[in-house]
Amino acid sequence: MASKVIQALYNDDDVLMSAVKRVKAERHHIEEIYTPFPVHGLDKAMGLAPTRIAITSFLYGCVGLTVAITMMNFIMIQDWPQDIGGKPSFSYLENMPAFVPIMFELTVFFAAHLMVITFYLRSRMWPFKEAENPDVRTTDDHFLMEVALHDNEDQLKALLVETGAVEVKITEKH
Amino acid sequence: MYTFSNRLRTAAFVLMIVGALGLVYGFFAAPSTEAEAMAMVADAHHGEDHGAATTHAAEGEASHGEAHAEQAHGEEAHGAETHEEEHGSNHGEHLLHQLQNKPWAALYVSAFFFMMISLGVLAFYAIQRAAQAGWSPVLFRVMEGITSYLVPGALIVFVILVLSGLHMNHLFVWMDPEVVAHDALIQGKSGYLNVPFFLVRALIYIGGWGAYQYFSRKFSVAQDTASDDSNFKKNFRISAGFLVFFLVSESMMSWDWIMSVDPHWFSTLFGWYVFASMFVSGITVIAMITIYLKSKGYLEFVNDSHIHDLAKFMFGVSIFWTYLWFSQFMLIWYSNIPEEVTYFVTRIEDYKLPFFGMLVMNFIFPLLILMNSDYKRLNWFVIMAGIVILMGHYVDIFNMIMPATVGDQWFIGIAEISGVLFFAGLFIFVVFNALTKAPLLAKRNPYIEESKHFHY
Repeated sequence: MASKVIQALYNDDDVLMSAVKRVKAERHHIEEIYTPFPVHGLDKAMGLAPTRIAITSFLYGCVGLTVAITMMNFIMIQDWPQDIGGKPSFSYLENMPAFVPIMFELTVFFAAHLMVITFYLRSRMWPFKEAENPDVRTTDDHFLMEVALHDNEDQLKALLVETGAVEVKITEKH
Repeated sequence: MYTFSNRLRTAAFVLMIVGALGLVYGFFAAPSTEAEAMAMVADAHHGEDHGAATTHAAEGEASHGEAHAEQAHGEEAHGAETHEEEHGSNHGEHLLHQLQNKPWAALYVSAFFFMMISLGVLAFYAIQRAAQAGWSPVLFRVMEGITSYLVPGALIVFVILVLSGLHMNHLFVWMDPEVVAHDALIQGKSGYLNVPFFLVRALIYIGGWGAYQYFSRKFSVAQDTASDDSNFKKNFRISAGFLVFFLVSESMMSWDWIMSVDPHWFSTLFGWYVFASMFVSGITVIAMITIYLKSKGYLEFVNDSHIHDLAKFMFGVSIFWTYLWFSQFMLIWYSNIPEEVTYFVTRIEDYKLPFFGMLVMNFIFPLLILMNSDYKRLNWFVIMAGIVILMGHYVDIFNMIMPATVGDQWFIGIAEISGVLFFAGLFIFVVFNALTKAPLLAKRNPYIEESKHFHY
């Protein structure tokens, strides 16, 4: 079932911030905000829960470290031990300094790439996906706030105009 | 204005007195003859306790036979050591020198460690000035307080260097003409490594640092009552100039005052490595003193974000230190060139616990503790992490100086702990005294408003 939302467009991030605070104070539910660039402190003003992406990043880093250790242990110690620079590969621990750069790189590689992929998936973004963005101007210089409607059209409209919205329109959300 | 509380002042004096007594004890406990030295070590081996007994050794108890057995055992260890320069001298004399060096080395390590903290802060301060950083001016007075220890601290180190030059101790083996006469490598370096030039260089470093410290403080205080920004601009210029001087002089200082205790060994990134150590210790001390002053109701303009930023620096520079430590270690370990690798062979054989313990304290601990963003805003968390980081970097300096000066006779005993206590007391006294001399807010700094409202 389609629900009705009201969309307010702003042309300044400071105006947007104060509008968000005002709308929150009046106990309306902000569904989503589309901005052309990250607005500092917007997540806190909207009351979004803090991100947990850092935790996933740490866990991915641990996975990367484990992969590096297992991989180097298999390649250099078990499968094909080589004597490099007078340092025969008899045990992982004794040769560990040589593997530290690989351990470091794979930790960073896993943490960074998997974190970005997690972020994309969590934000429901994937290749060839159609943009959810309701108005193309939010990719240029406008900010768009989407508020849920519950038979309070006129009151909400008046409030949004009062907060400095340059344009207010009501649409169906699918 | 800050007033130096009586309790803290008393604590500083107690630390100094206890430390001084312990250091004096350390000097008296050192053996004065070869026989005594042999007896002490023989005794220590008897008790199965390497170091503890070297400090508490009851003298002259060991029988002749035991002393001989010890000599045989010791000769073995001698072979593995890096002191090729000691070829001619016999084992007893060598051991005597090591044990006599012990209290000197303890004194030197602590004196250097506290001097290094304020030197690291001076560099941090100069960077903030030269970068015209907007977040940090509220902390300038704290930094200026800490750097006021630099000149007294560096002069104490200088006095120890002069005493070494006068052969009061054997910290620097290249200062001994007997050794140089039998050592072609040191002879080749004697154009640089000779006592007069060494001391002149030390004076140039200390003079340069002291001059910057003096003028930057003077301009900073003058800016409080000025009607324009001319003092601020002057400070910007001398800070930029100082950083150039500092990077060169700090690097040379680390060769002179630390690396030359192993005159055969060299590492090209040693200056950076010592710099990382002093930088992270300095930032840690800024954070700790700021939190202390805040807990006493001062520095009301410092907020969580400032502490958060300092903790980020502690975290980041700890990792930077590890990066340099590892870069130095891995290249030497891999290439395995005898004259280079002996440095790490002695450390891993005789200093296993401090050598690897330092890595845990300086890398793994701060990495895991300070990784979480929220923890960097908890004052007690930053203090606890800071204490471990400071101890870790003391051990770092310990590992740089001790192997070449006392060899396998090291121990963190009365002399070492007393050295730390004495200089900690002196440091607290000088720093907090300097903090009372000027308002804690540099109120006319053009960035002070930005800094007060700094919010992350």
